[in-house]
Amino acid sequence: MRVNPRSVNAVAALCLNAQALFTVGILVVIICIIFIKGIANLNLEFILAFPQDMGRHGGIFPSIVGTFCLVLLSLLFAAPLGLGTAIYLTEYTRESRLTTLIRFGVESLAGVPSIIYGLFGFIFFVIKLKMGWSLLAGSLTMAIMILPTIIRTSEEAIKSVPVNLRRVSYSLGGTRWETTTRVVLPCAAPGILTGIMLSIGRTISETAAVIFTMGSSLRLPTTLMDSGRSLAVHFYILAREGISLEKAYATALVLVLIILAINAVAYYFMHRITSKYS
Amino acid sequence: MDCKINFEQVSVTFGSAAVLRDINLQVCRNSVTGFMGPSGSGKSTLISLVNRMIDFENGVTIEGSVTIDGSNVLAPRTDVISLRKRVGTVFAVPLPLPRSIFENVAYGLRLQGITRRPLLDEMVAESLSKAFLFEEVRDRLDTSALKLSGGQQQRLCLARTLALKPEIILLDEPCSGLDPISTAKIEEALSELKQEYTIVLVSNNTKQIARATDYAAFFYMSALVEYGETFSLFTNPAMQQTEDYIQGKFG
Repeated sequence: MRVNPRSVNAVAALCLNAQALFTVGILVVIICIIFIKGIANLNLEFILAFPQDMGRHGGIFPSIVGTFCLVLLSLLFAAPLGLGTAIYLTEYTRESRLTTLIRFGVESLAGVPSIIYGLFGFIFFVIKLKMGWSLLAGSLTMAIMILPTIIRTSEEAIKSVPVNLRRVSYSLGGTRWETTTRVVLPCAAPGILTGIMLSIGRTISETAAVIFTMGSSLRLPTTLMDSGRSLAVHFYILAREGISLEKAYATALVLVLIILAINAVAYYFMHRITSKYS
Repeated sequence: MDCKINFEQVSVTFGSAAVLRDINLQVCRNSVTGFMGPSGSGKSTLISLVNRMIDFENGVTIEGSVTIDGSNVLAPRTDVISLRKRVGTVFAVPLPLPRSIFENVAYGLRLQGITRRPLLDEMVAESLSKAFLFEEVRDRLDTSALKLSGGQQQRLCLARTLALKPEIILLDEPCSGLDPISTAKIEEALSELKQEYTIVLVSNNTKQIARATDYAAFFYMSALVEYGETFSLFTNPAMQQTEDYIQGKFG
């Protein structure tokens, strides 16, 4: 007996719709819960004030600053290095043992759990290099952690740029560098940006590796050598140690809003780049 | 005849497969020379030696010499970047860069360090006019080149090449995807351009070779079968294979 292809199609369409809705649904439910539980404690004072009594009262200003510093510094270290590696792997070398080795290294780094990065950062940056718990140690550790993501997404993005566009540039007397910077990278920009957004997301939401390397000081970090507490760490400590669940949810809400805002800004700029080049 | 490009005993192998065997051919200055032959006969490979785009292929062995005005472009110390400014290329498919019409033509000029806007404006307009495209796009130079039709895109690619004022223009089956009207426009442009440039036109289309070229070469199975003035090659071919190909008996 043969099932009517139309019915199969109808069932498949239904299933796929349901799956897609379910995925969006989970996201919506999570955001709604955080929103409902956090909105009561979220106000301007919470954002701009310093925490008091371990975070039981007051705000989260130092943590917001700490989070932004951590993200920016990590990207400052990891983005040029990762993009450079990706460009080298795709444009400046042919497949060889060396590239296989580099790729293997990158894949392995991507699979290492974050707590291991934390331990490494603690032993190497914090103790061996005597940085102490600091923004610098934290961001260097996070940079190593997000490096594989940046390399892999950039590499994929660069590879997806048609070979023919490169040939056009070469045929017009372009050098490899000119071809890379003027043709390949603008075309690959959206993909590269996606990798950077993923990395930002990972840095913002990381707790284990950050506690080990940046510490959890509630003071406002003013130099690279100051310890600080990122929002995710603050949330973890507030919730884990039962200090204040209300403040924890408000912190989580700020975290989510920051991620949404960064995404919105990034996509705005990406749109401007792509509309310029297409 | 006044020789611009001289192929001497050129043989090319990809891995173990011979793509070109012992080619001897002289391309005449300020003329349109056509290379025809079935696909795989090696004609595109031959022009990729002139602009050294063959460098991007792996596992290629090249013998013989290709000289432009007497200097061998296959020599290892040839400056490939400046060579490609002297030898312009138009590819088989229109390949506009994902930028505006203006920026496509200005791309090569900017690489040469020309950034002064009035000068760029002038050179872009001049190049577009030479490619018979300016009138169609003059009021929308800032729109994306990807929005042009296929025929317009190919003329844009020609204009982009002309902007660099090359000595030689290589066209690798430039009309393979174009309609007859667009093709006619390209051919019209070529007949004007040969006053200033040396043009090599690779084509599968024997009628196009007959219409648009002064000299024609017929390639078959990696070898040059016959080469001569287009008119005599088409009216009185010396080789049976050439005659069969022209008459459409194979290929």
